[in-house]
Amino acid sequence: MRFDRLDALWLALLAGTATTWWLGEAGRLSSLGTAVLIFGLAIVKGRWVLLDFMALREAPALWRRLMLGWLLGVVGLIVLIRWLVSAAPA
Amino acid sequence: MSRVIPSGPGAGAATGAEPRLAGDLTIWLVIGLEMMTFALMFLSFAVMHARHPVLFEAGRRTLDLHAGALNTVLLVSGSWCVARAVRAATAGDDSRVKAWLAAALTCGAGFVLFKSQEYAHHAGLGLSLSTDDFWMFYWLLTGFHFLHVLAAMAFLAVLLIAGLRPGHLVGLHALETGAAFWHMVDLLWLVLFPLVYVMR
Repeated sequence: MRFDRLDALWLALLAGTATTWWLGEAGRLSSLGTAVLIFGLAIVKGRWVLLDFMALREAPALWRRLMLGWLLGVVGLIVLIRWLVSAAPA
Repeated sequence: MSRVIPSGPGAGAATGAEPRLAGDLTIWLVIGLEMMTFALMFLSFAVMHARHPVLFEAGRRTLDLHAGALNTVLLVSGSWCVARAVRAATAGDDSRVKAWLAAALTCGAGFVLFKSQEYAHHAGLGLSLSTDDFWMFYWLLTGFHFLHVLAAMAFLAVLLIAGLRPGHLVGLHALETGAAFWHMVDLLWLVLFPLVYVMR
């Protein structure tokens, strides 16, 4: 079996998971900073799963946009809610 | 009898032919419905987290971050195995299809095992749906996802068992259909893990 893009993405997904774990374990950043990084990673990892593992890169554009839109919309709203809490006066 | 057809639906994607959706349209409609349901649950969790930060942080600290990360590794690795199975089916290599499916099911079984241990630990501490809002969301979100992992495993197991019968191969269209559902389960966990286990 030749090492190809699927294998590279798997290793990248593992590295992304390790980074998310480390951010949770270390707790060195602010809670908002941590949220931005871990959900940024979730978008990158989710995009790989959608486009490469689920083969949406070869799918009709409407399906690709709907699925990527779900990922960006849901994760974006979660981060927005987290940011609004940080920005609100105590 | 299902057969691998290298010149069938999978071949177009491999050669960059006209756009095609991998798997059956019905499963994609189901996936859309499931993802909308999970979206509502994720956003409800985020809103409640914002309203009760102290309570949710206390609940999060009770969770085992290592177990969550390990389960992410298992699901991601399972997705990779399933993607490799589809790649093998496209190439008409049925023995590799079955080997990758078995590997994916092993990853799924690992997830089920570790998650069950987590559930047993929490239940032993008396942390239930009725403990507080955090634990209600924890059990509902992760429990609903857990059921989807079982469903995805059942889907792949049926394909594998059918393909193991003498003279039978794993059909590419059916495999792509099961793969799409499996990958959705992985995708949902990629949002669930940082949301429930990591976000402070």
